[in-house]
Amino acid sequence: MISAESRLRLAAKARLRFDRKSSRYMLLYPERGLVLNPTAADVLQRCDGERTVDSIVEELARQYGHERPAVEREVMAFLQNMADRGLVQAVA
Amino acid sequence: MSGAERPYTLVAELTYRCPLRCVYCSNPLDYGQHREELDTETWLRVLREAEDLGVVQLNLTGGEPLVRDDVEALIAEARRLDLYTNLITSGIPLRRERLARFRELGLDNVQISIQDTEAVASDRIAGRRSFERKLTVAAWVKELGFPLTLNTVLHRANLDHVADIVALAEQLGADRLELANTQYLGWALPNRAALLPTPAQLGQAREVAAEARRRLRGRMEVLFVTPDYYTDLPKACMDGWGRRFIVLSPDGLALPCHAAHTLPGLRFESVRERSLGDIWRDSAGFGAFRGESWMPEPCRSCERRGIDFGGCRCQAFHLTGNAAATDPTCRLSPDHHLIETARREAADASSRPLLYRSPRGVAVERRSP
Repeated sequence: MISAESRLRLAAKARLRFDRKSSRYMLLYPERGLVLNPTAADVLQRCDGERTVDSIVEELARQYGHERPAVEREVMAFLQNMADRGLVQAVA
Repeated sequence: MSGAERPYTLVAELTYRCPLRCVYCSNPLDYGQHREELDTETWLRVLREAEDLGVVQLNLTGGEPLVRDDVEALIAEARRLDLYTNLITSGIPLRRERLARFRELGLDNVQISIQDTEAVASDRIAGRRSFERKLTVAAWVKELGFPLTLNTVLHRANLDHVADIVALAEQLGADRLELANTQYLGWALPNRAALLPTPAQLGQAREVAAEARRRLRGRMEVLFVTPDYYTDLPKACMDGWGRRFIVLSPDGLALPCHAAHTLPGLRFESVRERSLGDIWRDSAGFGAFRGESWMPEPCRSCERRGIDFGGCRCQAFHLTGNAAATDPTCRLSPDHHLIETARREAADASSRPLLYRSPRGVAVERRSP
């Protein structure tokens, strides 16, 4: 399970790419790809193995000017989903 | 073109040559007639044209792509274009140093095929000794830091081994396991009676795969592709004709799928003569089954027509003689009895000889005693 203290990075098989056709980021992995909404892209770009989930939430709440609890719920749910799909991994 | 079409994936069949002779190979039966392979410069141009069309995924496949000595150049260009590049290989003609070089050049993923979980059975399907070598290469892939996809094509002789295949994939540290039931096209069609599983086998294997998917969630992606012969619904072949994929044959034909050039009466064009973009946008072959206007009933008024796109055109042709027919795997197809007959034949468990892939094609092979 992902926690506020987890430090995440993209899985070895996953890579972010800016798609100029849709002006969105895509997360590419074998045979598949996800077109990311801007928030999802902001989150995954910060999964660098150094930032904690908590610090990503903090940064984005400030950047968007949104209430922290709402941002936290959204980010945690998204990252848990990405982890279940093996697209992000916790750094040991 | 409606504008809804955008190719996301280029399947680059670099060659039809291969050291293996797998009995379910998806290359066309007459692959031995397609000898004039594209040169490196043309492939590099095609990669640029593909990226310009919107392609983000590149599969380097074949045949065995590694029999060519320009894979390095293609990986480097693909990386420059920021394509996600997947090398699909038997692992046979590969040295560790070459694989390490691919890593430096930016190859993203390596996919290795494993035919079964022990050497005798695996080599019987591949038509040559290869199993031990594959395990060695799979270990290199992980040692060098690549993500590893393991692919096993499933059929009657190995469906009962799915639990062992999962265990082998775990042991090799695979990131992704594709358990793909045989598609009965190419060399698999003449071998269908020997390869088609029974429903009982299939049901059990599906359960084993589902359990593995739950258990390995987040660690290994486990895919199980059910054979359309048993779904009573057609598969969304290639996500629809000319919608998401371009397959480029070794001799330069731009195709909507691996086998489209086996359909008579369709004209497919070569990237030697026109740009990939022009062919994608307005060639007769890509246009033939785009959209819904070609559809017969029961597809034309079916609520699933936007889901399965009428199924597989090549399967329709090779089973009924009409590429514009509803895919016979659909229970609503007037030709569905062809599938039911094949299933009944599969229930007869007597063993049948295997026809191995060969550049001489099928006719000659069949004459052997």
